Amino acid sequence: MNMSSVLNKSIIRTLPCQSMLGCRLLSTSFPVYQQQGQHESVDNAGKTTHFGFRTVAEEEKEKLVRGVFSSVASKYDIMNDVMSMGVHRLWKHHLINKLNCGMRPNSNRPLEFLDVAGGTGDIAFGLLDHAYHKFGDNLSKMTVADINPDMLAEGRKRCSSLTSYGNSGRIQFIEQNGEKLDAIESNSKDVYTIAFGIRNFTDIQAGLNTAYRVLKPGGIFACLEFSQVENSALDYIYQAYSFSLLPLMGQLIANDRDSYQYLVESIRRFPKQDVFADMVRKAGFYVPGKGYENLTFGVAAIHIGVKL
Amino acid sequence: MGEDAVLADKMSRGELHKPKTSFQKYQEEETLKSSQLDQQQQQGYFTRPAKNYPDHIPLYNFEKLLLIFGSSVGAFLDPSRNEFIVGLGESTALPWFLNNLRRQMLSDAVGRQILKDRPHMTSTSLNLEELRNKYPKNSIGHAYIMWLDREGVSPDTREKVRYIDDEELAFIFRRYRECHDFYHTITGLPIVREGEIALKCFEFLNLGIPMAGLGALFAPWNTSAKQRSRLFNIYYPWAFKNGLHCKPLINVYWEKILDRDIDEFRKEINLEKPPDLRELRKQQKLKHKK
Repeated sequence: MNMSSVLNKSIIRTLPCQSMLGCRLLSTSFPVYQQQGQHESVDNAGKTTHFGFRTVAEEEKEKLVRGVFSSVASKYDIMNDVMSMGVHRLWKHHLINKLNCGMRPNSNRPLEFLDVAGGTGDIAFGLLDHAYHKFGDNLSKMTVADINPDMLAEGRKRCSSLTSYGNSGRIQFIEQNGEKLDAIESNSKDVYTIAFGIRNFTDIQAGLNTAYRVLKPGGIFACLEFSQVENSALDYIYQAYSFSLLPLMGQLIANDRDSYQYLVESIRRFPKQDVFADMVRKAGFYVPGKGYENLTFGVAAIHIGVKL
Repeated sequence: MGEDAVLADKMSRGELHKPKTSFQKYQEEETLKSSQLDQQQQQGYFTRPAKNYPDHIPLYNFEKLLLIFGSSVGAFLDPSRNEFIVGLGESTALPWFLNNLRRQMLSDAVGRQILKDRPHMTSTSLNLEELRNKYPKNSIGHAYIMWLDREGVSPDTREKVRYIDDEELAFIFRRYRECHDFYHTITGLPIVREGEIALKCFEFLNLGIPMAGLGALFAPWNTSAKQRSRLFNIYYPWAFKNGLHCKPLINVYWEKILDRDIDEFRKEINLEKPPDLRELRKQQKLKHKK
């Protein structure tokens, strides 16, 4: 979508983004809150999907998601730390250690990593660091793809200022829609990771199918995503925390209640662990065991698939 | 006709159309399951009460307390960030204070008209271009547009009211927010921190909004000594003298009096203009340079 960057600038102005400079009107173009329990219409003329708890047209969802992430981009890392009380770092470390990727010392072919929806780059840098420290691999290449140019800009900034990969040419940041990944050839990647991104896709199954397409045979698909807490008592506490404290923190720290309200609603909407594992299987992956590993009682889960 | 009947029977037995493949059945099951899941997931454990107006976010009491605490810390440390002022203003505007304001409005004819009309101030409803060119030099409208230009603000940059539960009280609070710029106009106070504090004191004494009182009480402690002495020696006495004795400003229908002479209006509502704060600050700087 070449219009994406043009659209993006106009969306920042019309969606409920709060300017850091001072008072800014919460735009009325954010549609009126819909009643809960409204069924989704399935006629082709107006195909709808969910955006948090709201029902929106399918074409709208991509724009709305892009708007949310543009407005949270600059405070993304601070907010993640505050909201998860730092636990998200443990989750990401666990994912990187579990995957244990890197070109082995006796091999002569560097790996191709792909991190989708990886805007600010923390998984990307983590994977390359792990490969270097564990296996001495400083040749493998990383591609970070994200639908949102503002998040990519943050990622590029961090890459050049905080890591040593800035000038090495090993990391490239490209603006892509995860459901299509037009610029990436089929059967070209060894590892596909997506952390906290797939729940924002308009069509999750299409995203999984594309993941299958771009991976080489033997390639690994790994998805770290928020999931459902199985224990009801813990679930109650977790939901009270997410729905009441997270938007409040978003309001006070990032001046953006609505984006964080969307984030917690989209977590609720995401399929349960076993349903998502079935979706991964449907894309064609071989899913070992039950297909997922719960982290922090199910607040997050890692799903793994292998392309045979 | 017999043929139709035969076909109809076949259809009712499911023998007419191609039988569903197992994949089709799986797809249908999946959509059914996911729509059921949607219902279930949507309900969840945490639900909010129903909204009273479209932008309403009904907060529970503990959330209001947290908002008061968080906004007050933020507003004290960095009053230039609007979200803290907004959050603190709405969360501390307890029904008791707003009910007092409502009673004040209901006991005045113009106040009653405002409650009935529910005017909403925007740059189009006030017609800013006309204000600049059409109105006489010493009118309220002209002074308002001059003030907007001088300070570089616009009536469109006001936040929506979201956390006040009663619908009419939410309107009253919105009206207070929108009229704030007019209060600046008739008192001539600029939007620098000192000017805002002085105006907050005046507003608290005139309207009783708790946020204004908190601002007047605590905000001076985050200013310099010179500014504090100006506030306590000049502006607070002015605010006490005028805020308590002038007509309640919530009952002024600003949109209808834009063409009136500003000095005449001030005399009518028994308000005297305070010393020009920008002038005082400039003189202070010049004296300091010498």
